Amino acid sequence: MTKQKLVLIGNGMAGVRCIEEIMKIQPERYEVTIFGSEPHPNYNRIQLSNVLQGATSIDDITINDWNWYKDNNITLFSGETVTNIDTIKQIIYSDGNRKVEYDQLILATGSIPFILPINGADKKGVTAFRNIEDCEKMIEYSKNNKKAAVIGGGLLGLEAARGLLNLGMQVDVIHLAEYLMDRQLDPTAGKMLQKELESQGMNFYLGKQTQEIFGETDVKGLRFSDGEEISADLVVMAVGIKPNIQLAKNSGIPVNRGIIVNDYMETGIPNIYAVGECAEHREMVYGLVAPLYEQGKVLAKRICGLKGEAYEGSVLSTKLKVSGVDVFSAGEIFEDEKAKSIKEFNEWNGTYKKVMIRNGKISGAVLFGDTKESNNLLSMINKNAEVSEYLIAGTSEELSVSLVSAMSNEEIICGCNGVTKGDIVSAIESKGLTSIDEVKSCTNASRSCGGCKPLVGDILELTLGDDFSKSNQKESICTCTTLTRDEVVAEIREKNLTHTREVMNVLGWNTSDGCSKCKPALNYYLGMIHPVEYEDEKESRYVNERLHANIQKDGTFSVVPRMYGGVTNPDQLRKIANVADKYNVKLLKVTGGQRIDLFGVEKDDLPSVWADLDMPSGYAYGKTLRTVKTCVGENFCRFGTQDSIGLGIALEKKFERVGTPHKVKMAVSACPRNCAESGIKDLGVVGVDGAWEIYIGGNGGTHLRAAELLCKVKTSDEVIEITGAYIQHYRETANYLERTSVWVERVGFDTIKAVIGDKQKRIELNQRLNEALSVLQEPWKEIIESNAIQTDLFQKVKIPVISNK
Amino acid sequence: MGKTLQKIKVSTVNEMPKNLGKTVTIGSHEIALFHLANGEFRAIENRCPHKGGVLVEGIVSGDHVFCPMHDWKISVVNGEVQKPDNGCVKTFNVAIENGDVYIVL
Ligand SMILES: Cc1cc2nc3c(=O)[nH]c(=O)nc-3n(C[C@H](O)[C@H](O)[C@H](O)COP(=O)(O)OP(=O)(O)OC[C@H]3O[C@@H](n4cnc5c(N)ncnc54)[C@H](O)[C@@H]3O)c2cc1C
Ligand code: SF4
Ligand code: FES
Repeated sequence: MTKQKLVLIGNGMAGVRCIEEIMKIQPERYEVTIFGSEPHPNYNRIQLSNVLQGATSIDDITINDWNWYKDNNITLFSGETVTNIDTIKQIIYSDGNRKVEYDQLILATGSIPFILPINGADKKGVTAFRNIEDCEKMIEYSKNNKKAAVIGGGLLGLEAARGLLNLGMQVDVIHLAEYLMDRQLDPTAGKMLQKELESQGMNFYLGKQTQEIFGETDVKGLRFSDGEEISADLVVMAVGIKPNIQLAKNSGIPVNRGIIVNDYMETGIPNIYAVGECAEHREMVYGLVAPLYEQGKVLAKRICGLKGEAYEGSVLSTKLKVSGVDVFSAGEIFEDEKAKSIKEFNEWNGTYKKVMIRNGKISGAVLFGDTKESNNLLSMINKNAEVSEYLIAGTSEELSVSLVSAMSNEEIICGCNGVTKGDIVSAIESKGLTSIDEVKSCTNASRSCGGCKPLVGDILELTLGDDFSKSNQKESICTCTTLTRDEVVAEIREKNLTHTREVMNVLGWNTSDGCSKCKPALNYYLGMIHPVEYEDEKESRYVNERLHANIQKDGTFSVVPRMYGGVTNPDQLRKIANVADKYNVKLLKVTGGQRIDLFGVEKDDLPSVWADLDMPSGYAYGKTLRTVKTCVGENFCRFGTQDSIGLGIALEKKFERVGTPHKVKMAVSACPRNCAESGIKDLGVVGVDGAWEIYIGGNGGTHLRAAELLCKVKTSDEVIEITGAYIQHYRETANYLERTSVWVERVGFDTIKAVIGDKQKRIELNQRLNEALSVLQEPWKEIIESNAIQTDLFQKVKIPVISNK
Repeated sequence: MGKTLQKIKVSTVNEMPKNLGKTVTIGSHEIALFHLANGEFRAIENRCPHKGGVLVEGIVSGDHVFCPMHDWKISVVNGEVQKPDNGCVKTFNVAIENGDVYIVL
């Protein structure tokens, strides 16, 4: 089947947007051809103001580059103007001597800037402000000339004037009315705007009619109707636009001010449609992109043969793109017999607000100085809200986030691109977006004028909301990189990276040496991934783990020998007492984890303290298994049904020393009285008659969390097997420094339960854990036996007082 | 005051592992001496301006040390505390001669 031929005349914002919509609905239906007079691919005309003001460059305002046309099989004839349409034979003719047949034809010829019919309007140095060439011309002129005059104190004129100021020119703005932006603002707001812009350096001639532009071939100045003259080397005319309808008119397509279209953008001739600034709908011609995009959507459905909603016109809203000035206007703005207003004028802060009410409904608004309410007001105007609704919203001083939460899914957030709240929310949810930029590239929201950026931010916040911790995984591991934990781990595995510096280099860290967050994290991930080969980097360890003792606030250390399951004996107690005496230990304390802590040991004494103790390191400092707290259990307690001490010791001996993302605490109680507090441990075991219950994800710290029942098993061997799988799964999937309580919530208890419940996975997890456990050594012993480590890490240099005469 | 500068030998290049600090006390001065990844040596006072944390035990990255107490980031080159925190620690000159490390005081 041959494709139908669709031709678009006008490679501008409205027309191409409509093609994009068609591509979304039925990419295969048409063979598309586009004609554009301008030599550029489709660009964002709105941004010309920002180009002139220096906020962006011409290169950056392309919406669809040449590749887009190629990739979508669109034939583009740029720099070519369509001169005639044969509406009977359905053929168009261009000034490039081209003849193209069409089945469907869209006219989107935009408008042409209105040039005042005065003497001298054709002199060199007079320009409109409509396209890239105009913009380049102004930039070029500003290099060698000082004085610019802008005729027209509307939106476009003021944006041009601001740009020319930025380009280093002196700027006079000539405006026919008595105040600025008289179409969008009332006199109060217009005067406030004038004052603000004067303070930025603009000079105004209000109530002035330009009669003549004088000079030889080049512009020299302007003469007003009252005889006054000013000098100027550059004159920008920004007095309005008129729909570009010449082609349509010549081809017999019915026109009035613009090309007349119905609610489906159909012209009076079959198979010919019009959208954009060239179209006249219900006697309205629109000059802003938001309505044009709405039209484009309606037309796209029409052309794809879908029964879509009709276009019923748009409420116009305006924002001035001049930095330091916040102006907003929408809907009707002038009071009359029937339309009343609520006004707030704060001369001190320079803010003004006027809300228009017609028949008890919000019908328009003007904001100056503070435009935070603009989106809210616009949506009320659009839905014809009762005045009471506005008053309630106004008094409760709602946060912006709750404002977006009150919006319905159909409400438009990005007017320019017609993106609704629902579109954004579903994109965030389905594609896991977390930043405004991602939303922008995914939904087009805030791609044009950017005015809705704050709202998009609010929606992100609202949508991610409580799940923000869930989205933590998408956060980069620190400011040295944009990569997330998962990405880093995947890259380490894939590229077989073996060294923290290597990871930083290969993965493009933006610091050469990392920071106190990524260095320990990378060191952990590398060790987790290559348990046997990886050589732990001491310099990437936090001091406690580097020195295997707890640093105290005065720079001394505390030493905690291991007492498996909290059980000790007279021999150990004697040794501890002797060491405490010998090294003048400042404090001896039984800790919450059932051990004895010796406080106040100097760094250089640590190795000999350990040697004298001759006990294993208790790891009171590590990101590893700290203690297994146990209750008294069956041998002594009258309630005990199981050997909690025995199991606690077995667990501690089996899992000690292995590195985990954060500290891990365990406990074993022999009955549900739970004297070992198993309910708030990373892993808690509770004995019941003939079985053990295993709880996970508990925490007794700042964020108290009760552990959840993972399973119930019969034997202590099974407890050890489950615990091994659980620890290894945590080691492999948690973020560095993420406690199990947070990890369980992020990953989901059920997901973890499913992994550990899977026999095969459980075996594999235990195998990997055993491999990691196999290479671990008792650190205190290692240090006592190594002079090199002692000098490198523990020795202090002491030079006695020196004479200094 | 007529004080003359003294060069005091404190270590040798070989004895100083990279990216780690060594505590050096000279009279009443307690100094943190660092051997940076780029091979340079730097010496600063061993007290964090925040709450007196011992900087010698901090994680060293490039020209900075992160205080082990509350993670303030401090330049080992000029002793300046990095934003958002404020303060400064004293720095000492280090000289290397024939593989020996000297602090100039
Ligand atoms: C400096 C500036 C700032 C603006 N700022 C804003 C703003 O902040 N917010 C806002 O909403 N709007 C703004 N606008 C208005 C907005 O850019 C227009 O409303 C929008 O571009 C109109 O789209 P369109 O497709 O109808 O016309 P255009 O984008 O003008 O596209 C029409 C295209 O058709 C081509 N064409 C015409 N006739 C033919 C032919 N016979 N054959 C081939 N090609 C032809 C033209 O060359 C042109 O490229 C601004 C406009 C300008 C100039
Ligand atoms: S938990 Fe039960 S068995 Fe253990 S000490 Fe307490 S009461 Fe006794
Ligand atoms: S003491 Fe150094 S950061 Fe607090």
